[in-house]
Amino acid sequence: MTSSYYESTARARIAGLLDANSFHEWLPAAERVTSPHLATLEQPAAFDDGVVVGKGSIAGKKIFIAAQEGGFMGGAVGEVHGAKIVGMLERAVRDQPAAVLLLLETGGVRLQEANAGLIAVSEVMRAILSARAAGVPVIVAIGGQYGCFGGMGIAARCATAIIISEEGRLGLSGPEVIETARGVEEYDSRDRALVWRTVGGKHRYLLGECDTIVPDSMEAFRNAIIASIENGDDWSLQALEREQQLLGDRLQRFGDCRDSRDIWRKLGWPDPDAIAMMDNDEFVAAAQKRCAKQTIKAP
Amino acid sequence: MAMENLKYRFDGGKPISGETAIVGVLGSGNLEVLVEPARLDGACEIEVSTAARGFGTIWQAVMKDFFARHHAGDIRISVNDAGATPAIVSLRLDQAIETFKGNHK
Repeated sequence: MTSSYYESTARARIAGLLDANSFHEWLPAAERVTSPHLATLEQPAAFDDGVVVGKGSIAGKKIFIAAQEGGFMGGAVGEVHGAKIVGMLERAVRDQPAAVLLLLETGGVRLQEANAGLIAVSEVMRAILSARAAGVPVIVAIGGQYGCFGGMGIAARCATAIIISEEGRLGLSGPEVIETARGVEEYDSRDRALVWRTVGGKHRYLLGECDTIVPDSMEAFRNAIIASIENGDDWSLQALEREQQLLGDRLQRFGDCRDSRDIWRKLGWPDPDAIAMMDNDEFVAAAQKRCAKQTIKAP
Repeated sequence: MAMENLKYRFDGGKPISGETAIVGVLGSGNLEVLVEPARLDGACEIEVSTAARGFGTIWQAVMKDFFARHHAGDIRISVNDAGATPAIVSLRLDQAIETFKGNHK
């Protein structure tokens, strides 16, 4: 089995991150809780509707988990898919696990399911906030091929903490969507360097949207998840005001930037083009004093 | 694009014991295979749901070959396919049987 998080399936990620043999799945494939919409459209429907949910443990701590399968329809959220995540989060409110882990890999709403998919995503957001309000930290991991986009990009930012790898991507409209809507002159989705410096893990980390950046390995994600659970959840008014100030400060400082390289320069990186070539440790060390959180202006 | 559903049954297999297993992903050129224990008097039942219509005879040959290799009975195999090639299907079926057996505690 590969130790790359990026290359693993949703099920392999669960097996690789949790304590051995600790996982118990809810609504497993054999239950055949599939999408009624795809059946109507005569499209292939996966037995688990592209998401695996259940409970297990990590470093001995009881957790609930959902893992999206990017290989099935780009991890898109349909009605059943969303309901499985929501049901798991609602159960977390009742049963109080040490944390909920969301391994997100998704393009957002499954367009074939239209309004049902949109409602499902908004329900996921509300359920994440309900779990946090009930004292259960919600930890998001992003490091798959399809990134985390659309409404699920917003959902990710509703969580307690986000762990991302350099390969991971986080955003609202994905690169192809922007190009389709605004033209190739505005955004060339095939320009991989442009795509990664706009939505890639390193940029999201520098902007303060992701709390931890890790190398692409199961072990690195596992250790970061354990550390995030130990950090707990700061849900205080002070923390929210700090976040609000970070966002306001960011808009003021970077609002006129045309490219993330301009932002990196303003954050104090003398040679922004060198960032892409840095390995994870080197990058994290150099980013200590050159990320939005550390350079925020005093109120 | 309508789906095609295919059913096969092979009698006279050797009952194998194991636990329900799922392998593969329903992505383009790939398939997912679910294997479940079933009391079928030694038979192996296979149901295929595929996005690629008109390949029934090739599925028949791949499944016949699979049964000839494993003689696995008392199992029900369910396949969701998104246009996998015959070689990929054979490998996934082998992987599914091995996982089914390995899951047995």
